[in-house]
Amino acid sequence: MLSDGAFYVLSVLAVASGGLVFVFDSMARATFSLLTSLLCVAGVVILLGLDYLGIVIVLMMTIEMAIMAVFMIMYMMNPAGLMPMTMVHNAKGAGLICGVLFALLVAGIFLAPWPAIKGRPPEDVTMDLGLSLMGPQMLTMMTLGMALFATIVSSVVLATRRGRYDRLGDDLDAEAADDPVRGGVGR
Amino acid sequence: MSLEVVMLLAAALLCAGLFGALTQQSIVMLMMGLELMLGGVIVAAAGAWHYIAPGSADGQVIVIVAVTAMALEMAMGFAIVTALFRKREIDMTDMAAELKG
Repeated sequence: MLSDGAFYVLSVLAVASGGLVFVFDSMARATFSLLTSLLCVAGVVILLGLDYLGIVIVLMMTIEMAIMAVFMIMYMMNPAGLMPMTMVHNAKGAGLICGVLFALLVAGIFLAPWPAIKGRPPEDVTMDLGLSLMGPQMLTMMTLGMALFATIVSSVVLATRRGRYDRLGDDLDAEAADDPVRGGVGR
Repeated sequence: MSLEVVMLLAAALLCAGLFGALTQQSIVMLMMGLELMLGGVIVAAAGAWHYIAPGSADGQVIVIVAVTAMALEMAMGFAIVTALFRKREIDMTDMAAELKG
């Protein structure tokens, strides 16, 4: 019963703060509202019996939102929210799409013939996950690893101001590097 | 608490996130909408694990995939915003419409 109450409180909080993300003027407030929503998601995951994954989500989202707040304040013209502003396009169309989608999903949720529960949770849920990732789900784990590595490489490439193609031309065959400041000893 | 209620929460989060992703002009705000949508996916996967197949770890693996997707989306999104901003001082989706189909 206690977990029932906690679930409903967390659900309402998650949806409400998720909606508030797009209402707040202040970017910092929007970020922390999103953090609240995702922490509530983590709480729901813990309530459903996945303690380890819930804690992982809490840790990841806290750090992610802290980084996000920095970027928000860097890129937005109104980081403190001192003046009201709305920066939306096509709110009506989007509202219609989301309303229809939500109605469809709700209909599906209540009409779908959900399968009966199969099996029982193992003694140690985390151990089960670990054995699965290192066993039958190894391909998933390797794909995630490759995707993470590709992200590291491509985000560094995108964030570099001047790469070798800027210095040496598209075919990398320039006689001398085109640098704004001449390098070398005794310049 | 039942499967339906958990899925309802997931659907609500997904639709709220989709609304944000469709309406927000700022690229960073758009990414927040995507994060919210993935939060809905996490809830749905955890609910499916708990109420349909707790015997296998597949539901947990989907949660891991969704969490990883969130991290990748953030990193790549910020890298692209940084590159766009550095080249042309753009931080709005409407200004970066060259690839529009």
